[in-house]
Amino acid sequence: MANILVATFPQVDDLLRAVRKARSEMFRVYDVFTPFPVHGLDEAMGIRRTRLPKVTLLAGLTGLAAALTLQFYTNVLDWPLNVGGKPDNSTLAFIPISFELTVLFGGLATVAALLLRARLYPGKQVWLPDPGVTDDVFALVLRKPSDDESHQRAVALLKGCGAASVVESEARL
Amino acid sequence: MKLPEGVTEPRWIEGAPTLKQVTADIAHPMEGKPGKLWYACFALAVLGLLDLLGMATYLIAKGIGVWGLNNSVGWAFDITNFVFWIGIGHAGTLISAILLLFRQKWRTSINRSAEAMTIFAVMCAGLFPLLHMGRPWNFFFIMPYFPNQHGPLWVNFRSPLVWDVFAISTYFTISLVFWYLGLVPDLATMRDRAAGKIKKLVFGTLSLGWNGSHRTWSRYEVVSLILAGLATPLVLSVHSIVSMDFATSLLPGWHTTIFPPYFVAGAIYSGFGMVMTLLILTRQSMNLQRYITVRHLESMAKVLLLTGSIVSFAYATEFFSAWYGGNIYERYHFLNRATGPYAFGFWLMVLCNALTPQLYWFKRFRTNVALLFVTSILVNIGMWFERFVIIVVSLHRAFLPSGWGMFYPTVVDVGILVGVFGLFFTLFLLFIRFVPMIAMWEVKGVVTDQQHADRAHGGNHG
Repeated sequence: MANILVATFPQVDDLLRAVRKARSEMFRVYDVFTPFPVHGLDEAMGIRRTRLPKVTLLAGLTGLAAALTLQFYTNVLDWPLNVGGKPDNSTLAFIPISFELTVLFGGLATVAALLLRARLYPGKQVWLPDPGVTDDVFALVLRKPSDDESHQRAVALLKGCGAASVVESEARL
Repeated sequence: MKLPEGVTEPRWIEGAPTLKQVTADIAHPMEGKPGKLWYACFALAVLGLLDLLGMATYLIAKGIGVWGLNNSVGWAFDITNFVFWIGIGHAGTLISAILLLFRQKWRTSINRSAEAMTIFAVMCAGLFPLLHMGRPWNFFFIMPYFPNQHGPLWVNFRSPLVWDVFAISTYFTISLVFWYLGLVPDLATMRDRAAGKIKKLVFGTLSLGWNGSHRTWSRYEVVSLILAGLATPLVLSVHSIVSMDFATSLLPGWHTTIFPPYFVAGAIYSGFGMVMTLLILTRQSMNLQRYITVRHLESMAKVLLLTGSIVSFAYATEFFSAWYGGNIYERYHFLNRATGPYAFGFWLMVLCNALTPQLYWFKRFRTNVALLFVTSILVNIGMWFERFVIIVVSLHRAFLPSGWGMFYPTVVDVGILVGVFGLFFTLFLLFIRFVPMIAMWEVKGVVTDQQHADRAHGGNHG
């Protein structure tokens, strides 16, 4: 059964206008599909700031701790070795590797978290609201209103904002 | 970014292509047959690659005695090449990460290929420590691993050479991930354009089911910024650590605190030289003059002028400290640099790195594509000789004259030097043939901004 309304727009400004208008009239925006990140859509759609930077911080700190532990354990506890009379715990000399592992852990974890959160993985069955959204089409996808009257109103609103087409479609939401 | 009154953002894409046009133009080289220039370059590059394979096989079979190394000069072409290729990589990260943080729009047409260049250059660089080991099958000895056959004995974490292992593997990994993540939306575009079954499968798998959802875009942009923020100090750390391979020793010519910034500036300088060479080749062979405009080349020439001048200033500082510092070994080393048996390398370096970029003060030269092409190659010749001068000239006459010697490259030295260019260009040419080498989605953003600006000014520049 059709559960969404897909409106396609050739112009970015019309899309932004339609998103704002649809939300102000209490229609539920499922998502917007665009060929490039459109600035201003975050506010228009009311998307909250992502929490991904926290993943970076936590993973970075983990990397830092891992690097310091590894170097301290091997050089001081497990097998102290006198190289050029330097102290076993040469903390300053441990900084470069600690920095590198902080960056490595932080970077990899952030990307992994993005892929998990956005559910992107190889072999995923791709669903496109319109075949052109990776080329030049901007698509606004609304959840289909339950009653006929608001459905008509939604279609009229989208058409009024400059939608090239408005079609009902089905998606696993 | 708000520009001052009367100043307009330059047009980074010529004309006013539609979004569909952008996709078609950038996908075109991957869908048709490449031109004659591409085939000619590719044949040459594969020849170089075969040379590398032959020479490296011979080297591994015989041992590194087939190089011209000796007791005085234990590092020569191998480490020169290593530092050279790592340096080349730095421009890619600068363009993709640092210019992203500074919101420079001109990066959008060139960042993809510059990042690819970084990855290929780091691969070339990584080859040299491996070959220099003599027994590359024992390469894992450089990683801390347990249990190992020496008992609980670990690598020496106080050594910059071990720092290098971590720095370069991190740099390679993060660059690769950053590059791939940037590719995902374009791979999805290619997937949706693909006609053949195999193409559909390959692009479909690699594009991870991307569908342009804004909820994903929103996170994606934040992650790009985070990666750029991580890659920026990372790239500065990598060449700083490479420079410490030298600076932490006591050898005259190496033992100096100026090395980290000096190496980083040199790396960006040489890397931009290489980006310039590659992009001029690319835009001519793939007909992308509309996207990689003369204005892009001009901006890069400005970066070359800046970093080239920093490098020249570092050369002068080194000579000044050698004279002012009063250390006879240091002073002799710098006299030997400019007048000794390898003086030609020094003067070539001065000519290419200190004098050549001064041409870029003039707009006439900055916008002359033929001149830019020639000078960008000079930049790389100069930077290769800079590393040669730093490494070989310092080693060949250190303290005691009884320990002095000369380094003469053998056929294998030269063969590997040439062959690695073959590897690099083979990878790069395959890249521009099979992967969207301009970030379509980023260019589409710039094109849309330009349309808005045009409408606001009521004029049509197209």
